[in-house]
Amino acid sequence: MSEKKLIVVGDGMVGRRFLEAVVERDPSWSVTVLSEEPRPAYDRVRLSAFFDGVSAEELSLASDLPGVDVRLGQPATAIDREAKVVRTESGIHPYDKLVLATGSYPFVPPMEGADAEGVFVYRTIEDLEAIKAHAEGRRHGVVIGGGLLGLEAANALKLLGLETRIVEFAPWLMARQLDEAGGGILKQHIEKLGIDVACSTGGSKIEPTGGRLRMETNRDGVAFDTDLIVFAAGVRPRDQLARESGIEVGERGGVITDLTCLTSDPDVYAIGEVAAMEGVCYGLVAPGYAMAEVVADRLAGGEATFPGADLSTKLKLLGVDVAQFGAMEGPLAQTYLDPAGGTYAKLVLSDDAQTLLGGMLVGNAEPYPLLRASVGGKVPGQLADLLSSGEVEGALPDGAQVCSCNAVTKGEIMGAIGDGCHDVGAIKACTKAGTSCGSCVPMLKQLLAEGGVEVSKAICEHFTQSRAELFDILKVTGITTFSELIARYGSGGGCDLCKPAVASILAGLAGGHILEGEQATLQDTNDHFLANLQRNGTYSVVPRIPGGEITPEKLIVIGEVAKDFGLYTKITGGQRIDMFGARVEDLPKIWRRLVDAGFESGHAYGKALRTIKSCVGTDWCRYGVQDSVKMAIDLELRYRGLRSPHKVKSAVSGCARECAEARGKDFGVIATEEGWNLYVGGNGGFTPRHADLLLSDVDSETLVRTIDRFLMFYISTADRLQRTSKWVESLDGGIDYLREVIVDDALGICDELDAMMARHVENYADEWKGVLEDPEKLQRFVSFVNAPETPDPSIEFETVRGQKFPAGTTARSHAQPVLLGTPERLRQ
Amino acid sequence: MEEICEFERLIPGRGAAALLPDGTQVAVFRLADGALYALSNRDPFTGAHVMSRGIVGDRAGEPTVASPLHKQVFSLKTGRCLDDEDVSLEVYAVEVVGGRIRVGAAAAVEASA
Ligand code: SRM
Ligand SMILES: Cc1cc2nc3c(=O)[nH]c(=O)nc-3n(C[C@H](O)[C@H](O)[C@H](O)COP(=O)(O)OP(=O)(O)OC[C@H]3O[C@@H](n4cnc5c(N)ncnc54)[C@H](O)[C@@H]3O)c2cc1C
Ligand code: SF4
Ligand code: FES
Repeated sequence: MSEKKLIVVGDGMVGRRFLEAVVERDPSWSVTVLSEEPRPAYDRVRLSAFFDGVSAEELSLASDLPGVDVRLGQPATAIDREAKVVRTESGIHPYDKLVLATGSYPFVPPMEGADAEGVFVYRTIEDLEAIKAHAEGRRHGVVIGGGLLGLEAANALKLLGLETRIVEFAPWLMARQLDEAGGGILKQHIEKLGIDVACSTGGSKIEPTGGRLRMETNRDGVAFDTDLIVFAAGVRPRDQLARESGIEVGERGGVITDLTCLTSDPDVYAIGEVAAMEGVCYGLVAPGYAMAEVVADRLAGGEATFPGADLSTKLKLLGVDVAQFGAMEGPLAQTYLDPAGGTYAKLVLSDDAQTLLGGMLVGNAEPYPLLRASVGGKVPGQLADLLSSGEVEGALPDGAQVCSCNAVTKGEIMGAIGDGCHDVGAIKACTKAGTSCGSCVPMLKQLLAEGGVEVSKAICEHFTQSRAELFDILKVTGITTFSELIARYGSGGGCDLCKPAVASILAGLAGGHILEGEQATLQDTNDHFLANLQRNGTYSVVPRIPGGEITPEKLIVIGEVAKDFGLYTKITGGQRIDMFGARVEDLPKIWRRLVDAGFESGHAYGKALRTIKSCVGTDWCRYGVQDSVKMAIDLELRYRGLRSPHKVKSAVSGCARECAEARGKDFGVIATEEGWNLYVGGNGGFTPRHADLLLSDVDSETLVRTIDRFLMFYISTADRLQRTSKWVESLDGGIDYLREVIVDDALGICDELDAMMARHVENYADEWKGVLEDPEKLQRFVSFVNAPETPDPSIEFETVRGQKFPAGTTARSHAQPVLLGTPERLRQ
Repeated sequence: MEEICEFERLIPGRGAAALLPDGTQVAVFRLADGALYALSNRDPFTGAHVMSRGIVGDRAGEPTVASPLHKQVFSLKTGRCLDDEDVSLEVYAVEVVGGRIRVGAAAAVEASA
């Protein structure tokens, strides 16, 4: 049998899905992929995550496909249909069947100056790299286009630290997905974030002026000055290859195909954004995936046809949820508008109000997965209830599509759960649901619950217990080593999840140095070296500066140490100083100097008390009503070294003006005329939450006693990596219950909690001092066991703004956003 | 084979890095039961030479080490990444002679990997 030759032009999202499907269904094809881009397929849908610190490698969709020859950086230049060959600059590739998956190009409206320096489009990783490089050191950016893509681009400019303006020709934002009311609420959200929105406005001319750009508009006399312009005004199919070889293309572009993706040439298919299926181009990935499956099936001799497209979209940009599903308009509509709360919802219904045809959600998209899956069926509940809880039990029929990216129905998912898929990861692996845009994942969790699967609280495969249960076991049995605990209550040898969790509990209960004996082997690398590991393998050093108060002498010591060891220094958001770039073998020498000058570990590396920030309070401030600095120092010294399920932060403000931002902390103290108010459960970070008032106008003694109990109750009962904000929310009865337990002693455990804290305060010892006094512990601070004096030769630095940075920093540009994800989140 | 240090110098349940004459960095792990493994010290996800500083453990019985940077887990036996089948660490030969650990050139791993 002679070899069957298949050529695919374009290694984008749809091309890649097609290759996977072909290899799976009919591996007898010999496949060559001609790809214009320099890297294999990547997740364009998540492209903007690149600015959130997600690397190009992490976006990659590349997979090893047997029998597939991918030629990167070799665009197809022509198709000779008679000879049945595709040409590239360097060669000729014969085919039996040809698949065009060339996607789209960004549309740039004809405009004078659109090719000026500083004008960009938003489609490839290279586009984003160029935008990032140009944004460096500049201030302002304009995005042309206020649709899905434009909002993504605006988000990106914002992440790069630019003042951002969106210019949209239509009278409201996302005009293709939202009606006027929805667009209005969305604009309100976006403007609140400091992004300027100009609707009913079109650019007419771009003119470079003295290193900047001036954009004139269609509105008389209105022009903007800016540093950078991104066109995100839509896309056009890349149909040039087909057009030039005489394959039929649509009036408005796109390679015309039938419902099997066949073009006017019986040996040529078109899939993804380049295809104009029965004249319609789809700009989303889900219909493209469906086309990929259809062609793979046809090539294997099957009969598949395009099943129709679900154009629903959901996005979360700049923290604003927007979703649209099914039809935008219909005979009846039910709307919900709360301008103050920033929520708009609309359901489109059949004329008897019985069938859900579609709808849109702005500001709160929680009910989206359920509503989208219910399109074509009964409305799953009252709109107001849906908006408040996002769920209605058992409302979905089996045939409802839960994952529209991968066309998976509720019935299939319930089947997989029945076959033993008992967590989201297993469902993903087995059905593909949830593996693309991820918006159906909350629904998968709900279905797991509906299928009777209890979500396990087990820490990992070695312990069936939760962290709180392990805490109780360790406390009651008095076990002091991990090996005894796992032998009696767990299985196997442990892992990176359970070891640090148990180490943290033992640090509180058993005391002793965290690097003593077996405990040392349980610690995460940060705790193991008592410093924070950086991207290049160096460490950062953060001495404790209680309350943020520091003498000039100590400041000089920090300056000298940083200078002598060549460390990058920065004032942190926690009112202290971080020194970065320390090599592992220098850590003890650095700390020798710091400890001699009276510094202690700041525990920046541990799940432990971090900082207690203060404002100047009565000492200097004309408004202060209590001594906030002294209180912050006293509290920080009391709780320093306390290990906990997650990090703990605090602040003390001298009056209600709240300059220390106490309400964003795990516990926050605000001075009053009579004493102190205590707030708990605040959080900055990924999901900010204001702390709740627990006590008001109490004296210092009551304040400290209540915080003692709050911390110890948290340490005894919270889950692994659960901040106090989530923990307080998880308590049945919330803050009122917490008050009953730690103020009114409803459970009778307060004496015990007090005793635990007394033990902590009594046993505290500086961890770094402990290391410096112990030759055995010092031994591990080397880069190489066989060359203790040799630094890691792979670590290199460069100088930026007069300080040391990891090599490659300039190339990467240092507008790097902070990594928000914990490993657990990334792993899912 | 290159001699690197006394067996007793390694902490049971932890790793340490060694520098070979050709500049290669090898991460050597001693497990609680005395077993020894040697893998490349370079974290393939970030390019930093830090694998020796990860937490060792096991997954479904397979001995593992987790990258200390972004926590991907690798088999100590085969070097294969258990969270991403396209990625793996080079495996090195390792032995104890007269109480001292010796590390050798990259060992051949089964072709099926
Ligand atoms: C250095 C610092 C940034 C700065 O230059 O100012 C910083 C740096 C890091 N932060 Fe932060 N955070 C710093 C203040 C903050 C603050 C502001 C504050 O404390 O007032 C917040 C928001 C407040 C909060 O925590 O609620 C903050 C919220 C986070 C989060 C998100 C936590 C959350 O609950 O969502 C993480 C990720 C995590 O912990 O999982 C994080 C994680 C990190 C890590 C540990 C990331 C990592 O794993 O490598 C960074 C390591 C620093 C290092 O190597 O030394 N950092 N981080 C600040 C150190 C303060 C200090 O002196 O100890
Ligand atoms: C920022 C952004 C956000 C998005 N968000 C979403 C979203 O949330 N949901 C959603 O459904 N969709 C989204 N999309 C759209 C989605 O990315 C596309 O629908 C999808 O990528 C289309 O896949 P494709 O394979 O048809 O095209 P592409 O992924 O563009 O791949 C086409 C490939 O073909 C190559 N090529 C072109 N011509 C040639 C040639 N002559 N020779 C060789 N190679 C060639 C191109 O370089 C490209 O690599 C987004 C797009 C962007 C840019
Ligand atoms: S919180 Fe009040 S006392 Fe403290 S600095 Fe601000 S205004 Fe002054
Ligand atoms: S709906 Fe996008 S992954 Fe399921």
